[in-house]
Amino acid sequence: MEVYGWGRFPKASAELLEPVDSESLIKILTANKKIGPMIARGAGRSYGDSSLSANLISSRFLDSFLGLDEDAATIRCGAGVSLGSILKVCIPRGWFLPVLPGTKFVSVGGAIAADIHGKNHHLDGSFCEHVAEFTLLLASGEKVTCSAQQNTELFHATCGGMGLTGIILDATIKCERVSSVSIKQRSLVANTLSECFELLEANTDSKYSVAWLDCLAGGNKLGRSMIYLAQHDDNSDSIKEPKYKNRRRATVAFDMPAFLINKFTLGLFNDAYFNLKKKVHRESTVNYDTYFFPLDNIGNWNRLYGARGFLQYQFVLPLDTALEGISQVLFKVSGAGKGSFLSVLKKFGKANANLLSFPQPGYTLSLDFKREKSLFPLLDGLDEIVLAHGGKIYLAKDARMSESVFKAGYPEWEKFLETKLKVDPRGIFASLQSERIGLT
Amino acid sequence: MKILIIGATSAIAKATARIYAERGQELFLIARNEEKLDALSADLTVRGAQRVGHAVVDLNKYRDHGKAIDAAFDFLATIDIALICHGSLPDQDASEINFKLAEREINTNGLSVISLLTILSPKLKQQGNGTIAVITSVAGDRGRASNFVYGAAKSMVSAYLQGMRGKLFPHKVHMVDIRPGLVDSPMTAHLKKGLLWSSPESIANKIVAGIAAGKHTLYAPGYWRVIMFVVRLIPEFIFKRLKF
Repeated sequence: MEVYGWGRFPKASAELLEPVDSESLIKILTANKKIGPMIARGAGRSYGDSSLSANLISSRFLDSFLGLDEDAATIRCGAGVSLGSILKVCIPRGWFLPVLPGTKFVSVGGAIAADIHGKNHHLDGSFCEHVAEFTLLLASGEKVTCSAQQNTELFHATCGGMGLTGIILDATIKCERVSSVSIKQRSLVANTLSECFELLEANTDSKYSVAWLDCLAGGNKLGRSMIYLAQHDDNSDSIKEPKYKNRRRATVAFDMPAFLINKFTLGLFNDAYFNLKKKVHRESTVNYDTYFFPLDNIGNWNRLYGARGFLQYQFVLPLDTALEGISQVLFKVSGAGKGSFLSVLKKFGKANANLLSFPQPGYTLSLDFKREKSLFPLLDGLDEIVLAHGGKIYLAKDARMSESVFKAGYPEWEKFLETKLKVDPRGIFASLQSERIGLT
Repeated sequence: MKILIIGATSAIAKATARIYAERGQELFLIARNEEKLDALSADLTVRGAQRVGHAVVDLNKYRDHGKAIDAAFDFLATIDIALICHGSLPDQDASEINFKLAEREINTNGLSVISLLTILSPKLKQQGNGTIAVITSVAGDRGRASNFVYGAAKSMVSAYLQGMRGKLFPHKVHMVDIRPGLVDSPMTAHLKKGLLWSSPESIANKIVAGIAAGKHTLYAPGYWRVIMFVVRLIPEFIFKRLKF
């Protein structure tokens, strides 16, 4: 069948296997006949080709909760459980997930494989730093428990390891106790990129912080942005939202014609957005769902970019080169008139010990582009800027970076490969991405 | 609410049980595989079920049905909703020429359900309220060349439910006939999926809403009502030539 990631590019043909439990999964691995390269696939929310391979092992039926510890506030669940499902379990208990990405539809397995980050990375780190342990199924069919204390080497290779060390079966997640799930948010306006950086620096004590940036604005508007600072609202009574509420979602039912996304329409959209937001910049209290997952309420929003799909380009630059490097990127993007809707800028905190994890101290910017031929040379140019400033590109978003760009950005790749070879000597776990960037 | 789910480890049952669990209901589960029942009980407890009990029963053994239902009443005391979900998808070509196979499939998909209804319905009648919801199939709406052993069994259950609905109406016991279309579950893992296929989760949402709304015949998703209306209208001299 034809499969693709969230960006709907590239598309590949693959055999989709949906084992109903770990026993049938072990049978697939230990079957005598060779079935070729395979990779685990959760919710299919990585953008490019991270979850594409000749054989896909779906975690769809690994969707059970296995247990819960009220005292430690930990939840153990199958790798296919979505973060949204975990939130439903957490919130009535006054708990919250310590790291949330921009969508609640990602699976736990995917969150570990990409070591995802959220708007609070500067304070709380990435997802895997809140994983107490997980069970990994190795190529041999053996199950191993990995944590920061047990099978440490494998733990640090698997966290952020894009599924290349084995298949995550289940995980124990440490939740955070919170006073409320209402989010008090404050917005600030920055007219230039350096102003934006200053505001983010000045507000690092804010639990959540992120900037939405107009990547089409050039000249003296380069880097104009809205900064959103937020924290849990201690004064709110609405600690627990009603346990069941089926919000009606709008859905993009068909592929929008890609020509509707062009620099004029997007420029109009971004202008309107800024002029509107500027006027209403003040404090507000919103539901966590609205704050963290604004796009989840539009089903299949990826179809807005048309049938050809889109690419998200997310990179991180170290603190000392970030302002200069991001200015150069924005200059190039706005000059080409190729940016798209608002781009997201975020300050990262400390890096962790995981070999292929993305976050490192500095600033990360993500940009969406509809796929078109002329995009690829532009992105190659951006790669050069990113590397020249000591940065790297996020694997979970990537669909096209070259082997040399990857290896320059991720100096620990050799150490990773060493660990992978120990547990997967035949190299059965491989994705189109890992083949492209020289990891398998 | 107190809910009994029979055939609880099937994909649709599981998805439905999860919705009830999230709403904090009390559940009693019946299925054949103890390991799977334990896992599902743990899952439902984490999701918020007030209490979860279970009994291990092979539903093809009718003589064990009484004990299983008794266990459910012992645990729940009363039953607001009894949902019967178990079933199997026969190998049509093999079972139409082998009575042993056909008998087994009709037992599983038809007679075992009727056995359970004969035990459940007097108890709910005595209780003076409650809903019995049974998963049948659109395959029971018309016998099709490709799947008529299954269709015949499901059709039997549908007719039985229809009659019993009238019988129990004065006693405030309601019967829901749930007819899912094509569902992408482990039972249909070997079949090629197309546009008309639904996820067990979406069917479960319809079931919970349909039971709450007191529906009689619930097609899930709703467009199957239209599809099957058209399928039933096709004149037999044409229908017999169709291979679907």
